[in-house]
Amino acid sequence: MLKVIYKLEDDISTDIIYPGRYMATVLPTETPQYAFDDMKDLNQLLNGKSTDEQSIIVAGNNFGCGSSREQAASTLVGHNVIIIAKDFARIFLQNAINLGLRTIICPDIEAVAGDVLEIHDDKVVNQTRGTTHPIIPLPEARRAIVEAGGLIPYTRLKLKQKLGIS
Amino acid sequence: MKQTVVRKILAKAVGQSQVNVGDVIEPQVDLAMSHENAALVMNQFFEIYSGLNAEPKVWDPNRISIILDHRVPAESKKTATNQKKIREFVAEQGIAKFHDIRGDEGGICHQILPEMGYVLPGYVVVGTDSHTTTHGALGAFSFGIGATEMASVWALGHVLNVEVPDTIKVIIDGEMQKFVSAKDIILHLIGKISAQGANFKVLEFHGSTISAMDTSGRLTISNMSVEAGATSGIIPADNETLRYLREVAGFTGAFEPVLPDNDAEYCQTVHIDVSKLEPQIACPHTVDNVKSVSEVEGTRIHQVVIGSCTNGRLDDIKIAADLLRGQKVSKNVRMLVFPASSRIYREALELGYVADLMNAGAVVMNSGCGPCLGVHQGALGDGEVALATTNRNFKGRMGNPVAEVYLSSPAVAAVSAITGVITNPIKGGY
Repeated sequence: MLKVIYKLEDDISTDIIYPGRYMATVLPTETPQYAFDDMKDLNQLLNGKSTDEQSIIVAGNNFGCGSSREQAASTLVGHNVIIIAKDFARIFLQNAINLGLRTIICPDIEAVAGDVLEIHDDKVVNQTRGTTHPIIPLPEARRAIVEAGGLIPYTRLKLKQKLGIS
Repeated sequence: MKQTVVRKILAKAVGQSQVNVGDVIEPQVDLAMSHENAALVMNQFFEIYSGLNAEPKVWDPNRISIILDHRVPAESKKTATNQKKIREFVAEQGIAKFHDIRGDEGGICHQILPEMGYVLPGYVVVGTDSHTTTHGALGAFSFGIGATEMASVWALGHVLNVEVPDTIKVIIDGEMQKFVSAKDIILHLIGKISAQGANFKVLEFHGSTISAMDTSGRLTISNMSVEAGATSGIIPADNETLRYLREVAGFTGAFEPVLPDNDAEYCQTVHIDVSKLEPQIACPHTVDNVKSVSEVEGTRIHQVVIGSCTNGRLDDIKIAADLLRGQKVSKNVRMLVFPASSRIYREALELGYVADLMNAGAVVMNSGCGPCLGVHQGALGDGEVALATTNRNFKGRMGNPVAEVYLSSPAVAAVSAITGVITNPIKGGY
């Protein structure tokens, strides 16, 4: 059982998730402090919470629209959050899967900050409201990457085959 | 049969006679482009090789392009050090298509690729930039990916786990009024189908307006296809593509255009008649918040930006120079012009456009991305309003979350710079 810490609207862009002015930052481990830097309440909430505890951000349609900046996903990995959205933008979803950010597509999700959710393979149960919301499974093409632990280990496997090393 | 352009390109890239929507494939990449985020790609590339008993080596240094454009010249020691590391990597790996910060061959990645002839019809192009959709204007399947995904491409030469996308056919007909351009068409389309209307899909453009349009305008349309969520915006290659490749890009070889089958299967068809289309404008803070310019006429602006990979080409600068020649930019407006490449800058100089713009009060900056995404010069003050020919108006985009950005064509931006308020050039008697 996990708690929703924030509810976002539709069309949250990567400029909101991770402002362009911090893009000179290269290493994924450097990024978390800048998450939602222009939304001070959410930024402070994330920077103030313990990363030991996994928590949920709920969003609307087209979460992560805009640029291909992968920092928008790595910044959230660093805060140990799960994103449940009605839908995601393509490049963001791909980056999230590649980097191990848990993303759940749940078209009729209804939850607000403070709600407690239970995530199953095929549905999200909002325990606070007593409602159930079906999940759209990840595109098949992406599941192999998740199962390998992200794109880096997955590519490493492929590279070993290509180079003929064990 | 029944294949759209993207399906044909992908079938060839996996060596099959055809692929179907939803198939999971690993297409071979013809060109892999990165800008300063190559520093992050390098980090992930070395990570892939860590623990492997093998020397880190990119799959094909001739098929990788790296172009420094986002923060040029460097604005901080951090950026400067990243750029230095990229130069070292380029030298070590022998990456051929590298463009440094230079007045002879530098510029914005999405302008350098077409004008250098690096992209040909039928290519599979990936780039660590969402506006990689731009190169669909040359009949390629060109799409944005993240840095880790690019590291994987550098190592293997193909993109892992691509799902063959569905295609929306967009037919554009009619002759545009004076002061209406490619930018107005794509803004209108985004407003019509929404910022997520083409999510996970390809836009394939057809119609008499597209046939009559030159490659510069087509690049604008494909560039902003991503603002409707599209994976790519493809314009099938034709005689104009051949002309551009020969005359502008200096390409002398042969290519086979990839055309859709007559019975190609589309998930949706959108028809637009542009003969009565007015100049369009995307209002804060989403690109699909599109209106006719008339609806927001009179809105006070503080900064006008003409440039970027969307509208920083020679014809865009000419439109601005023609409108501003002998005129003055309003005292209440800062006008910034940044050409899309050094070559365009030099041509604009030779043709006198730069002098026209400067005499009017505009500042002509070096070629780069900076102001468009608020990372390098041209930031807005609190409460200020910008009118830009760039591609995004998200909150915070131009460096300030309490400022506003409107997006328009170069013609609307140029006349508005003179008046100091959003102005419709059609009504102004220009």
